[in-house]
Amino acid sequence: MQTPTNTIEDFATQDYKFGFVTDVEQDTFPPGLSEDTVRQLSAKKREPEWMLEWRLKAYRHWLTMEEPTWANVHYTPIDYQSISYYAGPKAKGSGPKSLDEVDPEILKTYEKLGIPLHERAILAGVAVDAVFDSVSVATTFKEKLAEVGIIFCSFSEAVRNHPELVQEYLGSVVPYTDNFFATLNSAVFSDGSFVYVPKGVRCPMELSTYFRINAKNSGQFERTLIIADEGAYVSYLEGCTAPMRDENQLHAAVVELVARKDATIKYSTVQNWYPGDENGKGGIYNFVTKRGKCDGANAKISWTQVETGSAITWKYPSVILKGDHSVGEFYSVALTKGYQQADTGTKMIHIGKHTKSTIVSKGISAGHGQNTYRGSVRILKGADGARNFSQCDSMLIGDQCGAHTFPYIDVQNPTARMEHEATTSKIGEDQIFYCNQRGIATEDAVSMIVNGFCKEVFRELPMEFAVEAQKLLAVNLEGSVG
Amino acid sequence: MSSGSIMERETAMLEIRNLHASVEGNEILKGIDLALQPGEVHAIMGPNGSGKSTLARVLAGQDAYEVTAGQVLFNGADLLEMEPEERAREGVFMAFQYPVEIPGVGNTYFLKAALNAVRKHRGLPEMDALEFLKMVRGKMKLVQMEESLLNRPVNEGFSGGEKKRNEIFHMAVLEPSLCILDETDSGLDIDALRVVADGVNALRSRDRSFLLITHYQRLLNYIVPDHIHVLVDGRIVRSGGKELALELEEKGYSWLEGLTPEQMATQPVGA
Repeated sequence: MQTPTNTIEDFATQDYKFGFVTDVEQDTFPPGLSEDTVRQLSAKKREPEWMLEWRLKAYRHWLTMEEPTWANVHYTPIDYQSISYYAGPKAKGSGPKSLDEVDPEILKTYEKLGIPLHERAILAGVAVDAVFDSVSVATTFKEKLAEVGIIFCSFSEAVRNHPELVQEYLGSVVPYTDNFFATLNSAVFSDGSFVYVPKGVRCPMELSTYFRINAKNSGQFERTLIIADEGAYVSYLEGCTAPMRDENQLHAAVVELVARKDATIKYSTVQNWYPGDENGKGGIYNFVTKRGKCDGANAKISWTQVETGSAITWKYPSVILKGDHSVGEFYSVALTKGYQQADTGTKMIHIGKHTKSTIVSKGISAGHGQNTYRGSVRILKGADGARNFSQCDSMLIGDQCGAHTFPYIDVQNPTARMEHEATTSKIGEDQIFYCNQRGIATEDAVSMIVNGFCKEVFRELPMEFAVEAQKLLAVNLEGSVG
Repeated sequence: MSSGSIMERETAMLEIRNLHASVEGNEILKGIDLALQPGEVHAIMGPNGSGKSTLARVLAGQDAYEVTAGQVLFNGADLLEMEPEERAREGVFMAFQYPVEIPGVGNTYFLKAALNAVRKHRGLPEMDALEFLKMVRGKMKLVQMEESLLNRPVNEGFSGGEKKRNEIFHMAVLEPSLCILDETDSGLDIDALRVVADGVNALRSRDRSFLLITHYQRLLNYIVPDHIHVLVDGRIVRSGGKELALELEEKGYSWLEGLTPEQMATQPVGA
């Protein structure tokens, strides 16, 4: 008889369903990083001088920095000279101007992944920017969004067409000196998405970026910048996958959000980078800096993330609560199985008066997975009446995984109100047996119990994304009953 | 073997033969023989630690228990060979002594998943949400379930009585053929007990059998069994009709506990 314990141990061995490689003609830099690489990259992207200068400042600063070691993750050191800093599908002429010019192989890839790039996107009501390795290949619904004054384009395009906006906001939340990985990104970022929602405009659809690493030995360093001007609203979705490869691949992204007075940005991520095989070989190193600034009264930034992939995740989507009465939220589900390691959490920095933050973190560990919540809540002197609520729940599946919680709290204003709740539970054999006794198979029971555990986070996701996230968790918990 | 016993085997819904089971190396069941015909209600009574609940859990397939000898046939098929979920889909239901909480999973959602798993197994189409809700509302009345318990997470924050009622509600929805009630009466006040018993009685039918596990005679005032078996130290020491419960109530379990196996063999055995 198969016992739940066996099932649970089988967790590590299920398949990664997005591991295929697309055969396209690639234009790739040889591995190596130097000032020349940065110049070449900038030239490749036909960037203006100011952009190159910014990159070079970052690169020079990066040379003075040390890779951080404080995270609760262990990996063989990354050789930054063995990475290729640019890989893109070979462009015909100056790059695709419309979907018709995009390599059909790439469109097929996105179709396989279920990302609507064509007209059927209309039905889905989602505008998509698709980034394939280092290059943004297609942005849908650009015209429709332009009608209401919204700019949604690749970062490269924004640098060329909206230099004043990029110059004003780039690095305003995550400066190029911020941290080792963000600084590296600042020097070599390849592409990403850019969004500007003008004053008083409510973005009529969900905006979405889909990141795909395809090329071998390449890193992906995308950079996303989203600005919601006064009273604007935007909901943004990000999804990511990569082929299965034996080597580890580096993904060091930066996301900057700026919400002005009365503006709201909702940023949702479903991250499913290749996690490595059952022995921990291969997989993506996901070292990401995400930060938002509530730069005006009543601004609101909400991060929701579902992290199921990557060999290593190092990621702390944060909010700087500068405007009075501004609101920061962080909802997270992180699943580690096999030999995955995740060190993730958030930083809420309360500067303005009556600022409010909410943190809900759900960590699930299975197999040999190690899951760390690391969160910092800082209430600065001037933040009268600031409030924070934090809830960190961990679920353990099997007895070889680990859950760790490191909450840092720094309160400098006596009027602050803080609440912190934390629980650790084991998925109970009794829960599984109860489901079995009602006719529900163990695999479905585990998925049901885990989804129930994550419910508070899933309900923050836009509908279609919530469905995707639940399916993704189910897929990741699959392969248990032979 | 006489032809009579073959006949019996063919018509019995559940037949337990010489069942031995242990937990962590300790033998708890030391040779149980029992046959339930369709439509019959059997009660298993016995003092604490006699193995009553072990019997229920072995039948349901909880893996903490190891069957070391014996056989269990359910409608002629080898029950012990089946996974717990297969047993459930075949029609074995156990109302838990301690119903388990599943945070974040709505009671209706859970029950719909369960029912559809059972239906799929029986070659029936899945029930859609609308049909399901209609059916569920009918069953709720059976156990006087409040609407609010439908949408709350499974058993989470339920009172003791609500949990037990919820078990009977699950039973009503899943329509099993063999219902095992593991100390469903424990922790219930008299009103809650009556509600639960009314629910069970409403579900009694010609082709549904019940195995009631209970410590107290009280439950049997409300659910009147066809047969009563007294379990002491892993063996059935006495079987009889419903009047046996009253005798037990009067004399206590000690009446039967002091008996040696030889003495027990000489006791008149009913059924």
